[in-house]
Amino acid sequence: MMGNTRPIFKRELAGYFNSPIAYIFITVFLGLSSWLFFKGFFVVGEASLRMFFGILPWVFLFFVPAITMRLWAEERKVGTMELLMTFPVTDAEAVLGKYLASLAFLALSLALSLVIPAFVALLGNPDTGQIVGGYLGGLLMGGAFLAIGLFISSLTENQIVAFIISVVVIFGLFILGEDFVLFGLPDRLVPVFSYVGLGGHYDSISRGVIDSRDIIYYLSVIVFFLYLNVKSIEVRK
Amino acid sequence: MIEVRHISKRFGATVAVDDVSFEVRKGEVLGFLGPNGAGKTTTMRILTCYLMPDSGAARVAGYDVVDDSLEVRRRVGYLPENAPLYQDMDVVSYLEFVAEVRGIPPGERLRRIKNMVEVCGLGSVIGRGVGELSKGYKQRVGLAQTLIHDPEILVLDEPTTGLDPSQIIEIRELIKEIGKERTVILSTHILPEVEATCSRVIIINEGSLVASGTPEELDSAAGGEHTIHVSIKGDEATVKAVLSGMAGVRSVDGAGAGDGGFTRYTVKAADGGDLGEKIFRAAVDNGWTLNELRRETLSLEDIFLRLTTLEPGERSVE
Ligand SMILES: Nc1ncnc2c1ncn2[C@@H]1O[C@H](COP(=O)(O)OP(=O)(O)OP(=O)(O)O)[C@@H](O)[C@H]1O
Ligand SMILES: [Mg+2]
Repeated sequence: MMGNTRPIFKRELAGYFNSPIAYIFITVFLGLSSWLFFKGFFVVGEASLRMFFGILPWVFLFFVPAITMRLWAEERKVGTMELLMTFPVTDAEAVLGKYLASLAFLALSLALSLVIPAFVALLGNPDTGQIVGGYLGGLLMGGAFLAIGLFISSLTENQIVAFIISVVVIFGLFILGEDFVLFGLPDRLVPVFSYVGLGGHYDSISRGVIDSRDIIYYLSVIVFFLYLNVKSIEVRK
Repeated sequence: MIEVRHISKRFGATVAVDDVSFEVRKGEVLGFLGPNGAGKTTTMRILTCYLMPDSGAARVAGYDVVDDSLEVRRRVGYLPENAPLYQDMDVVSYLEFVAEVRGIPPGERLRRIKNMVEVCGLGSVIGRGVGELSKGYKQRVGLAQTLIHDPEILVLDEPTTGLDPSQIIEIRELIKEIGKERTVILSTHILPEVEATCSRVIIINEGSLVASGTPEELDSAAGGEHTIHVSIKGDEATVKAVLSGMAGVRSVDGAGAGDGGFTRYTVKAADGGDLGEKIFRAAVDNGWTLNELRRETLSLEDIFLRLTTLEPGERSVE
């Protein structure tokens, strides 16, 4: 990791586990995902992770803003922003360190949720391609959500405000590409909206269709919001 | 070491810093004085690269605070007002974090941390969470954080707030010690602190510099009157006439003969320089008996009040 990204990353990641919040988050995430999954699983009786991956974006919609809300808002509120920004750390290093810490935390939660496919594998013969695609898509989509949430956290010193705005913005960007929005649009705009929407790319990846364009889409969203984040920190000066 | 040239900074309609220039040389401890809202914190934030000046330029350790901000930040130890800290860490992991960010090599970190624990008196709180410390201990952790990389330049915003009296004395001694080879700029509201630690003082008010100099220079810059109390046995009318005739003397008041035939006089003069000596000589020449000769020095407190409460036009700047 470049320069001073490392200590920031380490500090933020440890920060998740220094308080009970991390454990609560992970428990709620796993509990909610499994509950939603097994409910469908026993009703439909199908040994597939289709429903789990279908639910994932909606779980992330609340889980990701909860992970990112604190990252900048707390620094502003407590005044440690002034410390951090007067250490020999560039704005980009600080943003990246925080982002990677939140990504590591999300990846860890996702990894723990592997118990679900493990359970399904015991009972039936799930499609491995779909599982790999689903987790890759989940990480990319979650990564994009994180970049958005982190950026929004830098705009306020109130964590709750950061949480609510993040949910609203992610929801807005997510449903842009959904069928019920596209339905009401003039034909010319349909491809634009369906490309910009955060959800469509995930749908294809999680079906097991790994297309580099979808990956590039998420990476661009991530880079774009991290860039905005660096700018929003500079503005204080 | 620090060179500030015409910096200004405004927040909306508020002009926080208005065309301020000053210099701090190596080995100086500069005291930064001013009433609340004067612009001290804002100036320090510019020097530590937290804020950028709207106009003007500042160089710290030879580097421009805007163009070479990282180089400046590497060389400065900054203690922000109220010592903000990461509340969720314990004291040692916090100092480890700062040591790493400051680029102290891993093998040396423990030694530096131990040193800081000793210097800042943190021994009794070592494993505690930063968030649960008392204000004074937070301030000490803040200081440890500021000093850990042995910076050439220290910028301390009200470093002794919240400390107990013995710690205040220790910290002042420490600052003086550090100030021998390094450059320190500290802001404070406690005037005796300036007299105790600073080799030079700057007073700002409403964003503008109103005075700068050594505490002694400020004394004369404040320009007011100097008062000398003398107690003389001799003919009152003659004494008054002689004293009034001296250069610079504005008024002489006699308080009437007191014990043992001595009369106390209060002499007010524009320039107190060698007046005491002149009075002494006059006493010898005239055969008076001199019992007391005391010069009333204007305290920094008086200077401060005088400079920060006068209308802009009447201020006398060094
Ligand atoms: N971020 C900010 N936004 C708006 N106004 C600000 C900001 N920071 C400072 N100010 C204003 O700038 C002026 C100078 O403030 P500053 O904090 O530099 O004063 P100070 O000399 O440090 O005061 P104190 O002795 O109370 O610490 C004040 O009027 C303050 O309200
Ligand atoms: Mg201040």
